Amino acid sequence: MRKVYLNGDEAIHDISNGSIIMLGGFGLCGIPENCIAALEKKGTKELTCISNNAGVDDFGIGLLLKKKQLKKMIASYVGENREFERQLLSGELEVELIPQGTLATRCMATGYGMPAIFTPAGVGTEVATGKESRVFNGKEYLLEYAFDADFALVKAWKGDSFGNLIYRETARNFNPLMAMAGKITIAEVEELVAPGELNPNEIHTPGIYVHRIFQGSNYEKRIEQRTVRN
Amino acid sequence: MLDKNQIAQRIARELKDGYYVNLGIGIPTLVANYIPEGITVTLQSENGLLGMGAFPLAGEEDADLINAGKQTITTLPGSAFFDSAMSFGMIRAGKVNLTVLGAMEVSESGDIASWKIPGKLVKGMGGAMDLVASAKNIIVAMMHTNSKGESKLLSKCQLPLTGIKCVKKVVTDLAVIEITDKGFLLLEKAPGVSVEEIKNKTFGKLIVDGDIPDMIFEQ
Repeated sequence: MRKVYLNGDEAIHDISNGSIIMLGGFGLCGIPENCIAALEKKGTKELTCISNNAGVDDFGIGLLLKKKQLKKMIASYVGENREFERQLLSGELEVELIPQGTLATRCMATGYGMPAIFTPAGVGTEVATGKESRVFNGKEYLLEYAFDADFALVKAWKGDSFGNLIYRETARNFNPLMAMAGKITIAEVEELVAPGELNPNEIHTPGIYVHRIFQGSNYEKRIEQRTVRN
Repeated sequence: MLDKNQIAQRIARELKDGYYVNLGIGIPTLVANYIPEGITVTLQSENGLLGMGAFPLAGEEDADLINAGKQTITTLPGSAFFDSAMSFGMIRAGKVNLTVLGAMEVSESGDIASWKIPGKLVKGMGGAMDLVASAKNIIVAMMHTNSKGESKLLSKCQLPLTGIKCVKKVVTDLAVIEITDKGFLLLEKAPGVSVEEIKNKTFGKLIVDGDIPDMIFEQ
């Protein structure tokens, strides 16, 4: 069993044109910076990206947008990216906006081996268009399907060579859910350790879900809205 | 007429001891500054935190610790982190007592539009659709009229909906309004604002029952 890879370039080597990929992170918090940089360098095109946000103009998924590497974006909120808005309005980019909880739970369903979920989010709105619904206890719910993604790219704080992962603070967000949902899950970590060095009580993602892991480098960890009090 | 801080201050009076509260981006975020003394309110941030504290001091910002508006924040003693599925799980399961969010339009039946202006602005719904579909108590914080002076309180929303029949109360710069089966019920008016002005600036059915008191602000 070899799960440990050298770097982002090696870990993403077989992501090919047209792949469906999930990327963890909320805004720029907890995004797989090294994998995104490797994808940008590799120039993989026609990607479908499933991620809560689309980065900003010059960081995160915004880097892939700028190079026109995306065919489709599935996200819940894309307000921070002008290039995204331009490509959306001009029709260059296909976009599917879905509620944030639906996005998270569709990832969870995949990782839990469940084909679909029922959620009330979006009932009575354009999100419900064309979707099956069902009434439970007098309330309407939409049927939403589990995701089917070729690769999940996630970022964790610490990991071991078996693929066990621990996240830090709100950089956890979508990462453990997407880690469970990839046919191939690639985890980049700030600190890669030997098995036994992480406390089993503290593992967020058990290594069974993680196929490849590498220690990332040069983390920028950019802050989107630096806000302080006096 | 109230400013944004006063709208937040008025909404803070709705908070009760033991409440778990989700505050949306914009005016709702300001509610955190006016939590009444002597009660414990736990703020939920849907990116995965219960027990959100104040903004950090300069130099103490942590890129891994942000709120749903992507602002740097701090945690309070007793806080907890979790993933996005659990975050919306607790929302969907009705564990969050109160949701405060902004809106572009609210209808007299409690429908809300907040995420899209066709052909002009597409930011996405974020977590708003999940929140309004499940929260037990939803208060909208917004200005009474838009930048063109048109009412944001309507008989029917014109913009794409975020959720239906979900808003319980609206606090604007002019008034506190409850959504009832019969329409908008005027509960309180902002100091210095007349019932006539509120009527003129509300396009839905506004019910005025007896004398309408001014909002009270404890200094």
